[in-house]
Amino acid sequence: MHIVACVKQTPDSAAQITVADGRVGWGDAPMVVNPWDEYAIEEAIRLKEKHGGRATAITMGPERARDALKSCIAMGCDGGVLVADAALAGSDARATARVLAAAIQKLGDVDVVIFGKQAIDGDSGIVPLAVARLLGWSPLSYVAQISALDAGARTIEVARLLEEGRQLCSAQLPVVISVVKDINEPRYPTFAGIRRAGSAQIPIWNLGDLGLDQLQVGSAAATVAWQAVRAPAARAGAVEILAGDSLGKTVAMLADRLQTEKLA
Amino acid sequence: MTDNDIWVYVDQFQGAAMSASWETLGAARDLSTRLQTGVTALVFGVNAEAIAREALACGASAAICCDDATLADFRVEAYAALLAALVVTRQPRAILAPATTRARELIATAAIDAGTTVMADAIGMEVQGDVVLVTRPVYAGKLFCTANGVGSHPLFITLRPRAFPKPAAQIAEHPESIEHVQAVVAEAALRVKVTGYDTVVGQVSLTDASIIVSGGRGVGGPEGFAPVRELATVLGGVMGASRAAVDAGWVPYAHQVGQTGKTVAPDLYVACGISGAIQHQAGMRTSKVIVAINKDREAPIFSLAKYGVVGDLFEVLPALSAEMRKRLGR
Ligand SMILES: Cc1cc2nc3c(=O)[nH]c(=O)nc-3n(C[C@H](O)[C@H](O)[C@H](O)COP(=O)(O)OP(=O)(O)OC[C@H]3O[C@@H](n4cnc5c(N)ncnc54)[C@H](O)[C@@H]3O)c2cc1C
Ligand SMILES: Nc1ncnc2c1ncn2[C@@H]1O[C@H](COP(=O)(O)O)[C@@H](O)[C@H]1O
Repeated sequence: MHIVACVKQTPDSAAQITVADGRVGWGDAPMVVNPWDEYAIEEAIRLKEKHGGRATAITMGPERARDALKSCIAMGCDGGVLVADAALAGSDARATARVLAAAIQKLGDVDVVIFGKQAIDGDSGIVPLAVARLLGWSPLSYVAQISALDAGARTIEVARLLEEGRQLCSAQLPVVISVVKDINEPRYPTFAGIRRAGSAQIPIWNLGDLGLDQLQVGSAAATVAWQAVRAPAARAGAVEILAGDSLGKTVAMLADRLQTEKLA
Repeated sequence: MTDNDIWVYVDQFQGAAMSASWETLGAARDLSTRLQTGVTALVFGVNAEAIAREALACGASAAICCDDATLADFRVEAYAALLAALVVTRQPRAILAPATTRARELIATAAIDAGTTVMADAIGMEVQGDVVLVTRPVYAGKLFCTANGVGSHPLFITLRPRAFPKPAAQIAEHPESIEHVQAVVAEAALRVKVTGYDTVVGQVSLTDASIIVSGGRGVGGPEGFAPVRELATVLGGVMGASRAAVDAGWVPYAHQVGQTGKTVAPDLYVACGISGAIQHQAGMRTSKVIVAINKDREAPIFSLAKYGVVGDLFEVLPALSAEMRKRLGR
């Protein structure tokens, strides 16, 4: 089995995000592996541990995104691939998906690709489905559990998390999966893992390596144009702290407010 | 129905439409007035025709239905192939769908077939000239971004639940305009099979809720959720939780509000024993009125709240529930 986890490097979830002159910044907040992708990495490692084979992490991003791949290797992935090219700047979800699909095809022998649910910067959750469609593989999104995988018969059974509960599905490999937080508890890197990550050779693939043209990616291929980015309006007014002479008075004050606001 | 219509995908589960679908239809009607087009509702799967009639009563000018055995359970391959085939042959101006799990994956997939991408999770839409501008949150709502489509592709947009008002039902203006179409993929060509549902784990629809009462680490344990649940019940709302409470195993993940849980926008959000970490705020910051109940006056949740009570939730919540019960006669 060859399992691939696609990971994005994003600013830390606690970063103060600001915008100045239309440019988004996050000060000196650290760059991390997109938190949702930690579940994808964990699941890729578990599948490989259970069924044999190897787990590879792929990221598309700038040179510094190599650190995200090192984190994946430190957790237990066997290797990583960085896709970097100046022409990739400004890629929308479709262009990103094209690049990732091409990288997966270049690896050649992939059985399962695992994604996070969404990236915490763009927050769109489109790339996994777009990759599945471009590859023509079975799409299984919002997976909360992989209940069975038969490498010989090339079948997989999963539970998908919908609003109403879990939908149980079976599919033929190869599959493209996106996972939700329910699926596992991501492990911490081990000391040996960190050492292995430190010395790992991480290849960089560019557009030429993937057989893609500059016009198929980046801002050249964008189907969405971003006009403006702004901070949301601050919430009006400071908090009104309700404190009566007694608990009964305090809750009555709160109850009054709720009723005046027609909330109850 | 004409080319250039605004299309609305009506998400449904086992024959009942999701209420966010009607919010989307209302938003589409606003767009169509500005752009002088019609609004066509698309309904796939079980009970499609009855749901299509509901759509006409919510203001759609036409509906396209497909009720086929291959569509009985939602499967993105089957649904997306049908939607994309319709889009490619009929060239609607825009395809709007609620940002529910099913509709999100459907739209992301169909957009690829149509050669374009998606503006996900819109919280606002406006028309400038003949351009549709979409506003959506990014970085967990820390920023808002405005975007429009480029080129001649149809726009695919998903709309965040509760960001747009639900239109009032009316007498259908065009009760006869329902068209039935055939599915485009045969069962044999579908590689994903649905084998069943498992709805045992306390499922809650936080995204649709107008009132949410949430508990955090401050509730202290699974039993500590009892007063939180009680207030939710008295107010006719649902119960949410912080990640700390979910990770501790006190309540199931379906209740989690925040960056790695649900994004909610109720009219009233009551945070009990929740400090208000930035990742929790990411999921609830757009709530209309936020009430914080916390022992610690310095907790960040108070900077977001409109009303606050500094006190022990085990005293405040039962007293508040009793007071509300008395006032509401429940
Ligand atoms: C990548 C990432 C993603 C995350 N995603 C989420 C997410 O989706 N949702 C989320 O919620 N968090 C998320 N977190 C976690 C977040 O950072 C906080 O750790 C978490 O929200 C804290 O939960 P809490 O407020 O319940 O607990 P605490 O921060 O421990 O706060 C407990 C509060 O309860 C109060 N309290 C205690 N006892 C009482 C009492 N008897 N009466 C009244 N008040 C009392 C205390 O004063 C305190 O303010 C995420 C973190 C990371 C790193
Ligand atoms: N640049 C990227 N490189 C690798 N994987 C990515 C990239 N962007 C998105 N992904 C994957 O796609 C998922 C959804 O991202 P998005 O559609 O951007 O919200 C993420 O959780 C990642 O698994």
